Parts: sequence; C-alpha cells; structure tokens
Amino acid sequence: MANVKKAIKISQKHLLGIQDLSIADVNYILSEAKQFISLNKSKNKKLDILRGKTQINLFFEPSTRTQSSFELAGKRLGADVMSMNLNNSAIKKGETLIDTAMTLNAMHPDIIVIRHQDSGASNLLSQKVNCAVLNAGDGRREHPTQALLDALTIIDRKEKIEGLKIAICGDIVHSRVARSNIYLLNMLGAEVNIIAPSNLMPKDIGKLGVNSFSDMKKGLKDCDIVMMLRLQNERMTSSFLSSNREYYEYYGLTPDKLEFAKDDALIMHPGPMNRGIEIDTRLADDINRSVIKEQVELGVAVRMACLKIFCEK
Amino acid sequence: MKKKYFLNANIIDPQNSIEEIGGLIIDENGKIEAVGKKVNTNNIPSREKYIDLKEKYIIPGIVDMRVFVGEPGFEYKENFRTLSEAALSGGVTSVVTMPNTNPVIDNVSIVDFLKRRGRDKAKINIFPTASLTKNLEGTNMTEFGLLKEKGIIAFTDGYKTIQNTRLMSRIMRSAYDLNCLVMQHVEDSELSKDGMINDGIVSTKLGLQGISELAEKIIIERDLTLLEDFNCRYHVSQISSQKSLEVIKKRKEDVDFTCGVSINNLSLNENDIGDFKTFLKLSPPLRTEEDRVALIKGINNDLIDVIVSDHKPEDEEQKRLTFAQASTGASGIETLLPLALELFHNESVKLKKIIKTLTCNPAKILKINKGNLTVGNDADFCILDINKPWVVKKENFISKSKNTSIENRKLQGKITNTFVKGEELFKI
Repeated sequence: MANVKKAIKISQKHLLGIQDLSIADVNYILSEAKQFISLNKSKNKKLDILRGKTQINLFFEPSTRTQSSFELAGKRLGADVMSMNLNNSAIKKGETLIDTAMTLNAMHPDIIVIRHQDSGASNLLSQKVNCAVLNAGDGRREHPTQALLDALTIIDRKEKIEGLKIAICGDIVHSRVARSNIYLLNMLGAEVNIIAPSNLMPKDIGKLGVNSFSDMKKGLKDCDIVMMLRLQNERMTSSFLSSNREYYEYYGLTPDKLEFAKDDALIMHPGPMNRGIEIDTRLADDINRSVIKEQVELGVAVRMACLKIFCEK
Repeated sequence: MKKKYFLNANIIDPQNSIEEIGGLIIDENGKIEAVGKKVNTNNIPSREKYIDLKEKYIIPGIVDMRVFVGEPGFEYKENFRTLSEAALSGGVTSVVTMPNTNPVIDNVSIVDFLKRRGRDKAKINIFPTASLTKNLEGTNMTEFGLLKEKGIIAFTDGYKTIQNTRLMSRIMRSAYDLNCLVMQHVEDSELSKDGMINDGIVSTKLGLQGISELAEKIIIERDLTLLEDFNCRYHVSQISSQKSLEVIKKRKEDVDFTCGVSINNLSLNENDIGDFKTFLKLSPPLRTEEDRVALIKGINNDLIDVIVSDHKPEDEEQKRLTFAQASTGASGIETLLPLALELFHNESVKLKKIIKTLTCNPAKILKINKGNLTVGNDADFCILDINKPWVVKKENFISKSKNTSIENRKLQGKITNTFVKGEELFKI
C-alpha cells in the first residue's frame, strides 16, 4: 500500500490566489513542500521531476527574492527555466499583457510564473494561455506562495496554526501578502489581528473575518506571531503618512511594543525590509525571535511543491 | 407619405396621462393626427388598411440624455450612422451626445461640422452638448451663448467634473444669464483618484483602488450650495449611491435641479464585477446592492427624474487589458429600455414611471418637444412587445462597440418597430 501513487489532489488548474484553494489543497501543497525542506539542505539538491518541462518567469515588476526563489525551485526540479524581466521591454513598446501572453504561449511552456503590478493580471493571463499559471504577486490582490511559505514557517516552528493569534502589521492597503495571509490563516484556524494606521487600512477589512486595530499595542496583545509588512512607498501616489519617523514611533516593531505579544512570539517579514521604519534592526536580526531567514529558505521548498503540483496538472 | 393607422395598442404617453388601449393615426406629414381610445375602426376610412397591434405597446420614442459617440476622432468606436442604427433598435429616437470627442465640442465652428454629420448620417434626432470648459480642461469657460444659438442643447464636461469651485460658481452665473442647462458628472477627482470600483469589501478583496461614495456626495452638496446663489438650470448627470440620494432628497425642497441615473446602476451591483470583468468598469462605479435598491426607490419617489443608458462605446482592445488599464464605460443604448423593463417585470417600478423617466422627463429638462405622443407633434414612437424573452449577446449588437455590461442576461421585452417623424426606420 505504501507505494500507491497519490491521486492528484489539487482542485485548480492555476494557482492564482489562496481564495481559490480548499483546505485540502493547502494541506497537500504544504505536505509536498515539507519533503523538499531537507532536500534543499542536502549536498545534491537536483531532482529530475520536471525534466523536459519549460518554466517561464514573467516579471513585470522588479523582484529579487521571489524571482530567484522561483528560478531556483524550477532548476532544482530539473525544469528549463527562462526568466523575463518585462518592466522595461515589451510593455514600454506598447505591447499588452495579452499580446505577450500569446507570444509566450506559442513557445509551449508548461508553466508560467507571473508577477505584475496590476491586480487581476494573473487571472487575465490564465484565461489566455494553455499552460498552468502561478501568481507570484498581482498588484495588491494576492501573493499565494508567500502566504504558503509563511504558513509552512509557522508550522515548522509552532507545529500548528489552528488556535494561534497572529498579528499582521503595516501597509495593509497596498499589500497582497496581507490579503493572501488573511485568507490562508483564517482558513487554517488562526485568529488574525490586522494593525495599520487608518490611511493604510483597506475598507471593510473586518468583513474578511479579522480584527482590525489602529493601536499597535492593543493589536499585538497576546499574539503568537507578529508579521510585519514593508511600507510600499512606490505605490503611494499621495501623502498617506506624515513621516517615516512618526510611522516608526507608532507602527514600527520595537522591543517595547513587542512586549505586548507573547514571550515566545515570533517575528516574520516577507522582505525586503525597511530597517528603522517598520522594524527595529536588532529585532530583525534577533535569531531567537526573527524567522525572516527561515521564510526565505522555506520559500524555495514551497515553490518547488507548487511547480511540481501545477506542472503535473 | 401615406397615412398610417395602428389599432388595438396599449398606449402609454406619460406626458399626456394616457395609459389605455386605443389607436394611433399618423398623417401625411409624419405628425400625430390622433391618439388614444377614441381611435378605432370607425375613424378609419373603409378603404384604408390598418395594423392591429393586438395589445402590443406604443410608447413615445425614448430620449436618451447621456450618449457618447465617437465622432469626431473615435469613429472606430462609434459613428453617427452606427449610433443611429443601434438607437433605433432600442426604441431611442432622440439622443443627447457628449462633447468628449477629439477635437472636443467646445467652439462654434465644430458645432457646424457636428450638426452636418448628425443630419447626414443619423436618422434619429441628435441633440449635441458642448463642453463647459475649453478642451475639457476645467479652467476656461466656453461660449455658452454663441454655442446655444448654434443649437447646443446643454453644457457638460461629459465624464469629467468641474473641480474648481470658483469656476463652477461662475459657470452657474453665466448659465443663469443665458438660460443654459448645465449637466455635471459628479465626482471629486482627488478623492476618487486612481479609483476603479466602489470602495468597499469588493475593492478590498480584488485589490483594486476604491472610489468612495463621498466623492460623489461632496460635489453634489457643493453644486447645490452654489445653486442657492444663482439657480441656473442644473442637472446631476448620474448618481450611484444612497448617500447622494439623501442629499438630493433634502435639497429638492429648497433648490431647483434635476437628477439622472444610469440603467447600469439600477440593474447591477459591485458583486457583478466578479473575477475582474472589465466590461463592468463604469463611471460612476457600480455600488452595493443596498445602493441599487435605494436608487430604485429614488425613481419611485421622483427624486430621480431620468434614466440614461450612459452609452459609452469602447473597442474590445481597450477592454482586453488588466482592470487598471482597461477603459471605462459600457455600450448600452440598445438595451436601455429592455433592461429598464426588468424593473417593471419584477414589480420594482410601474411601467408608466419607467416610460416617463425615459421620455417626457428628459424632454422637459432639455426643453424639447419630444418624448410624447401629443397631437400635431412629430410621430417619434416605438412599438414594444413587452413580454418577448431574449438573451443579450454581444455579437448581436448593432453598435460598433460590443462592450455590453450585461452579456448573457435574460431579458423580457423588445422593441419591434421604431418610427421617426412617421417613418418606420427599424423593424425587427
């Protein structure tokens, strides 16, 4: 019985957002990812599960960690990986997303990983290509692999998610990471506190089943996990905040604010960090509290799992 | 032209308070000779043929107060000929065209061109507006008086709002002096900047920048306050929310103005946007179901005077983009009446009220003798099979642009014939 091949368990053709996944889908992805954690630490990291498959990374927005994580994940599984940075090529020449998609589709890729500055871009792409589409972040909407790797990190340290109290703090309105995490953590049974100044809080966020706070200390009370978000200055077209200095004073994670969380609370951050703006630099590097490096490490495993599962579809 | 006789029709003419079974006679000049229950076989010479409508409806030709046409500059989206054909198929015989063209309708010389094109290419009545400000820039007023003399029916910046309060007060003074109608698209451009859909749970979930309903309310309140000083003829082009309606209810007691709503906001809500349907990217945006229901109530309470199609043809290329990049607006002149009839079939609004908001109410605001079946007037009317079921399919659209907001919607009621000046110009 042990060698019976697992039936394909995922319900979706594409990974566009956590919203589309069931609990079974999530557990399946996470269990696959766990198997890659030790592989990534071993000497020989190369598998041939995706040999002969073509993976295209289509990045319309600059990215270092997500793009390299996907690239590495694909290569470790043996896929042929091509990374395209389009933030300064075709689009500038007036080509639309659909045109680009059709061009790439003609090259018969097996999977396209897309990062785009507009919400819904991955949905649009998925309607126009024949292969699977993995969303590596679309505007403010979703960043599903980030939420999955965050969940894997939490499970790795706390052994569960159900019943934990998790604070997500910072620039919520512009954050796809926050949205994906809200869906996923809710689904897995955590209690989620959202902390942000009102100017960075999206409307009706409470309807997503979270508690919202503009007072960070109240929001952090008794939390098991403190997830800090980057202040996305590049998405702010007008004045949202008076100054970084004031933001740090009220919403930056400092040792005294962290006191309000549980003693063993862990600090997470999807990166890249603005040290001294949303997080005290000592806390960011505190190996007893911060799991930021672990997030990056497990990110590769989660992306390997996603590539494997969705390529096989 | 031969005389025409129609008998046994359900005639609805709100302006003349007619809602009865009767007949209609069109004279040799395309004018209405007689209408109503008194018209029966006894009025018809025995040698003349008549058409028995078997209780189909006769209603005045629809007056659509908010229509974008691509001419000049965007002929690939819609020209006067295609607009006219599309309008006729929807029972629309008069349209008010918006000035957002290229070049903008903002000076006397372009009005001549526009009127010539309208006359030569369109079979319906075209009532052009001109912009309130030169090149729609919101800084310098256009020549209201001279433009009006050339036949401009009203002034509006179309889908743009006059943001400058001082300029708006001066526009109202000029419009007051020259007895011009001002139509304002009500949206504070700073508050709604980069906004795409209603600000609420749907925008939060989709990660799209929201447009607060307050952006609309603020401009309405500002303009109605300015009107206290110089009560020019002023029309709020379209409202979309319950909050706006509350302001309108309060101010109708002390200021004279009128108000419109798009059929889209009466028939759809923000949830219909679903998975980033760009064809539902509209301005004003679709709001909550509570707002939609409130707007219907606003029609019933006479707080809203007019229903418009807000017909905004956009070619598909402009919609096959991400939501942020896609253009705003929907093609709707063909489906205006059938979609409005949904409100009758589901018993939200009485039929006579619906027809009123589509015919004589806009005509009164515009001060044109249209939208009625008054004896002696041009016989602009249509025949309606009120129960005919059909399904909206964009490939069946006559308009050059197929960007309908209600693809695959099952509707009930269709125009079977449309007449302008007594001439049958559309037949199903």
